[in-house]
Amino acid sequence: MVLIIAESQKGQFKKSAFEAVTYGYKTAQAMGSTCAALVLGEAANAGDLGKYGAGAVYQITDSALQQFDSQVYTAAIAEAVKQLGADVVILNHSSTGKSLLGRLAARLHAGSVAGANTVPTVSGGFRVKKSVFSGKAIAEYEVNSPVKVLSLTGNAIQPEVVGSAVSVSALQVSLPAPKVKVKEVIREEGHVPLPEAELVVSAGRGMKGPENWGIVEELAEVIGATTACSRPVADVGWRPHHEHVGQTGIAIRPNLYIAIGISGAIQHLAGVNNSKTIVVINKDPEAPFFKAADYGVQGDLFDVVPKLTAAFRRFKEEQ
Amino acid sequence: MKLLVCVSKTPDTTSRIAFSSDGAQFDANGVQYIMNPYDEWYALVRALELKEAHGGTVTLINVGTESNDQVIRKGLAIGADNAVRVNCDPQSSLYVAKQIAEYAGKENFDIVFCGKETIDYNSSEVGAMVAEFLDLPFVSFASKLEVSGQTATAARDIEGGTEMVEVDLPFVVSAAKGMAEQRIPNMQGIMMAKRKPLDVIDPVPFDELSTPVQYTLPPAKKTVQLFNADQMDELVRLLHEEAKVI
Repeated sequence: MVLIIAESQKGQFKKSAFEAVTYGYKTAQAMGSTCAALVLGEAANAGDLGKYGAGAVYQITDSALQQFDSQVYTAAIAEAVKQLGADVVILNHSSTGKSLLGRLAARLHAGSVAGANTVPTVSGGFRVKKSVFSGKAIAEYEVNSPVKVLSLTGNAIQPEVVGSAVSVSALQVSLPAPKVKVKEVIREEGHVPLPEAELVVSAGRGMKGPENWGIVEELAEVIGATTACSRPVADVGWRPHHEHVGQTGIAIRPNLYIAIGISGAIQHLAGVNNSKTIVVINKDPEAPFFKAADYGVQGDLFDVVPKLTAAFRRFKEEQ
Repeated sequence: MKLLVCVSKTPDTTSRIAFSSDGAQFDANGVQYIMNPYDEWYALVRALELKEAHGGTVTLINVGTESNDQVIRKGLAIGADNAVRVNCDPQSSLYVAKQIAEYAGKENFDIVFCGKETIDYNSSEVGAMVAEFLDLPFVSFASKLEVSGQTATAARDIEGGTEMVEVDLPFVVSAAKGMAEQRIPNMQGIMMAKRKPLDVIDPVPFDELSTPVQYTLPPAKKTVQLFNADQMDELVRLLHEEAKVI
């Protein structure tokens, strides 16, 4: 059985949970197996995971799961794996999933693939691909242990509705007390976090100063994108550090990445080159970013960006 | 405080990535190797700062072949006291973590540091695996770490925000940007590094359960389509009809 760990936040499933269920459903089909989802803690409408292909939904509600501690979550998942007889465990490649994948591999003596982005193939061994060298290559892994654990890269597969809601069964497990105590969670409210954003508008030193960011924010607002920035801009404090995308910042793979006034140093590309479509706006025709772009606009960003925003506005009004 | 820092050797970011003609092996020809930046800039430097503030020792551990010694010596030059290399050519994170845990389990470290991921395989697995093998708490993606007595507080980078946590020693932590600032080794450090102990130990037997068997390069990007500032309606149309992202 393929067991999908369906992540929720404040009792609501994220899109990535539905991506994972769709991925788990397809993995189970490839293996000729069944798939089930496991929900840790309280979450509304857990049975809806059935719509994306979960044949059964199990839930563990225990006060020890109210805050995230990798030891407690690992104990819960490992116990569920044992009770249900699961042989493939699927997580999201998120901060939570990454914190659990390694623990589960060690606990279950399981081969792991972190950041899988294709449905496994099973003829001639269990094989699955992932992006390596910061997007510069693809590696196919073979996993040869009886139990396998995978984390699914975000936005690698789109959720598909294939069935209907199912009933939710409670699992009883005994859990240790958390040792990592969460004191406070500080979240930027109001927009989609960068790692989960499908549309990203990013700007760099070409903006000349933090006071000029209004045109970037307006463009992001019009298309419903999340804003990001390059490292130099975060380092001088023009923009907050949590906006920094690139090798030492956040690695993202949105559907659309619009880079404004960013030259495209290799360290920056390493964090964004898995974006599906890249638009580069730069006045320097020699900017290396144009080589990685699908669409390029050569021109002064202070002229181009307002015109692009206006074009998106016209497009939105026609829709 | 007794501190262990797990360090990995990775190709430099600017390296050309290539593979053998059958795609089975990474082609190391002409590749410049460095210490994984998250291990060097953040994990190692924060460990050194804690040692400077509280006293103690900083030990480096690497799992790999003799060719890694150069990277380990750099860590000693930056300020670590001693190093251990587990002599083998590992294929998987779990194998590496097993070797680290086997050594760390005998030494009772207060904190085991690693970088949040390596910049080659980007897996982010080893820290969690070491924590599980040692049955220790794991603080992942820490961009701040303070220690007071037997208790540490940390800021964890999570999607769209930060989580403040508290944990008692001992524990395993993975370091993200912000935990410390890069240190450049000085000449005295480089000279002293040559005399610091670098012990080579044998691995314990452990199965490779997950191995990369085939590498490919991503399909080449199509040539960029160029526009000027007065063609923005056309660009938006293509984003909608061709790229289908709007």
